[in-house]
Amino acid sequence: MKKLMTGNEAIARGAFEAGVHFASAYPGTPSTEILENVAQYKEIVAEWAPNEKVALEAVIGASIAGGRSLAAMKHVGVNVAADPLFTFSYTGVNGGSVLISADEPGMYSSQNEQDNRNYAKAAKIPMLEPSNSQEAKDMLVDAFDLSETYDSVVMVRMTTRVCHSKSLVELGERHAVEPRPYEPDLAKYVSVPANGRQRRHAVEARMNRLKDYTETSKWNHVVDNGAKIGVIASGMSYEFAWEALGETVDYLKLGFTNPLPKQMIADFCDNHDTVYVIEENDPYIEEFAMTLGKRVIGSELFPYTGEMTPDVIKRCVLGHETEGVDIHPELLVNRPPTFCSGCPHRGFFYELGKKRKKIIVAGDIGCYSLAVGEPYRMMEWLICMGAAYSTAHGAQRIIDMKDDDNRRLVAVMGDSTFFHTGINSLLNTIYNGGNTINIILDNRITGMTGQQDNPGSGFKLQEDDAAIGDIEAICRALGVNHVRSIDPNNLKLVKETINWALDLDETSVIITNWPCVLKKKFKEEDYAAYQDMWKTKDAVLEDKCTGCKACLRSGCPSLVFDPDKKKVRIDPNTCVGCDVCLQICPYDAIVKEETA
Amino acid sequence: MNQSIKLVGVGGQGTILAAKLISTALIQAGYDVKMSEIHGMSQRGGSVSSEIRYGDKVYSPVIEKGHADVIVAFEQMEAARYIDYLKPDGTLLLNDHKINSMLTLSGKQPYPQGIIETLSQQVKTVVLKGTKLAEQLGNAKAMNVIMVGALAQVMGLTDLDFAAAIRENVKPKYVDLNLKAFDIGLQHSLHS
Repeated sequence: MKKLMTGNEAIARGAFEAGVHFASAYPGTPSTEILENVAQYKEIVAEWAPNEKVALEAVIGASIAGGRSLAAMKHVGVNVAADPLFTFSYTGVNGGSVLISADEPGMYSSQNEQDNRNYAKAAKIPMLEPSNSQEAKDMLVDAFDLSETYDSVVMVRMTTRVCHSKSLVELGERHAVEPRPYEPDLAKYVSVPANGRQRRHAVEARMNRLKDYTETSKWNHVVDNGAKIGVIASGMSYEFAWEALGETVDYLKLGFTNPLPKQMIADFCDNHDTVYVIEENDPYIEEFAMTLGKRVIGSELFPYTGEMTPDVIKRCVLGHETEGVDIHPELLVNRPPTFCSGCPHRGFFYELGKKRKKIIVAGDIGCYSLAVGEPYRMMEWLICMGAAYSTAHGAQRIIDMKDDDNRRLVAVMGDSTFFHTGINSLLNTIYNGGNTINIILDNRITGMTGQQDNPGSGFKLQEDDAAIGDIEAICRALGVNHVRSIDPNNLKLVKETINWALDLDETSVIITNWPCVLKKKFKEEDYAAYQDMWKTKDAVLEDKCTGCKACLRSGCPSLVFDPDKKKVRIDPNTCVGCDVCLQICPYDAIVKEETA
Repeated sequence: MNQSIKLVGVGGQGTILAAKLISTALIQAGYDVKMSEIHGMSQRGGSVSSEIRYGDKVYSPVIEKGHADVIVAFEQMEAARYIDYLKPDGTLLLNDHKINSMLTLSGKQPYPQGIIETLSQQVKTVVLKGTKLAEQLGNAKAMNVIMVGALAQVMGLTDLDFAAAIRENVKPKYVDLNLKAFDIGLQHSLHS
């Protein structure tokens, strides 16, 4: 039976067919749907971890205990998980283990474009690169056999286009395997230096055995079209190259890419007059070919950033410019993403904006990064998950040394980011006696990636109730004495609380607690805590509206300014009655709908 | 010869379901099909697009600029935004409907005028009042399936089993509504 699947769905299907027992991940575009789909197979225990390091560590434990295990993350997530990864390479596995890295050529939803093939090389672990959904499923199944045969975690390197494109997949049967027996093997799994020195040799021996395997791997093969020009490609670049160049060239399709097949690449180069290497992100294959003394054309011709889509390949190789229909720029206005109607971040950033001359805002990764845009412009840097508090602390140390600058650092992050790595950052600030203002925008969900549960949401990935991490208690336990939890839709309270924190010269924490408007699952106590949540609507009294546009500074998409009438109206289809605009209006022209 | 369809609109308009219906029907008819979407921030009122390519053997899931046989635009400004993906002799199938962006809502920039007039001078354009027809049917959200019906007509895909695709991909209680929506699209694209 053939089914149209995304690469992420195919990976999940592969996990099912390979008899995987345990899977863990932290959500991150473009990898998020892997675990969401794995969770649909009840044969597999699937969990959200608070961060990628923890996810991989849980997977390592599952492997040592004999289970087949899978970790999935976006490319920058592997940075977080790199510490256990490099040692997992040394210990090897008991039950087979696979790490999915979803890279982002073109940076559609990411802060950088790092090429995680370099991680496979640096960690000395085997790597597979699927080009489509069928390969994603088949490679995943094979990856578990390779993992157990070669005693190593295997990296499967995906890219956005492989993760999110759909293509046909021939489904297979599940090969249910029992978890392997667990026997203590201290010399293998206890990574003290004496054991590490021994395991270093095991790693080298493994990679040498894999050098033979890669030459005959079914994932590496030549497509002979009888051409004098050859193309070496892996992943989605292979599909793009076929689209652009078709049968006019021969192909060396590389699917098993660490270690790369030395002889195969050398022979392919020798058998062709010209060889192009088409790959996204870094010149990983190209540089390897050059170490073999082969002349290949790659980074000198193709752009160093973005996807190698067919138009790019045609432009670079054939000199073809695509002829399209002309765009008329005057017919379009940008449509930037924005806080949803009813987003609990809106009221907080509106009030914080009034203090902009007195503060510097350190940002973090999540929906609230949209505060960098209009109308807020309330974020001056954003580095990585959990960095808001720690970067703010470092910055405050320097600002405090300057006689002419008395601004305060305000660091913002969400609940999921707090659980991810924010706790460590806050611990650093309080431990070192910092005086920053630390905000936790607690919307009870992981919002930006599409409403995944987290240790504060009350639910687990596979539907069951979960313990709820008490953020306020965590902050107090870390040693923060000044902690306040507030409703961010109460602007007066938000203002008072920001002033309270500005008056303190010690570490403070403000928790804004109100659910994401897109959160779907609630507990009974949530309904009690968030009264009338999203049940009302606000409306404009047209005779009172002066058209002053003050409410528009809230940046709410439900507010529509009519330039002819010079009045604002509220779209009743999207308003959820958060009352932020109602509190902003200086003329009391906005009221609850039933009173309008 | 492979065919390429690009669906464009605003997050929440149902481009993904529309793409699913089309690809389900195409697979059922024996075509090789690939689809591509970029997820991420699309839920937050951003512009969205889905791409479908089909034929005997498809490699790239991505449509290049100037290579779409048909663009199905669920919203006027989005048609203008992506029109460069259309082949010069391709067809634009346009839902006559406007959705404000953050910038036009706040009155900072006006919503552009004359989109349909300009685009229809550039390319073959079929305009449907899809949103209005869907409202008349009783559910504005069925606009996406009305556009799928129109697409089937425009691309000569009326032999495909779209009814089965609707039954496979839509919740049972919405099947009848969507079957009707599909027929409305099929009929109305003939007289526009």
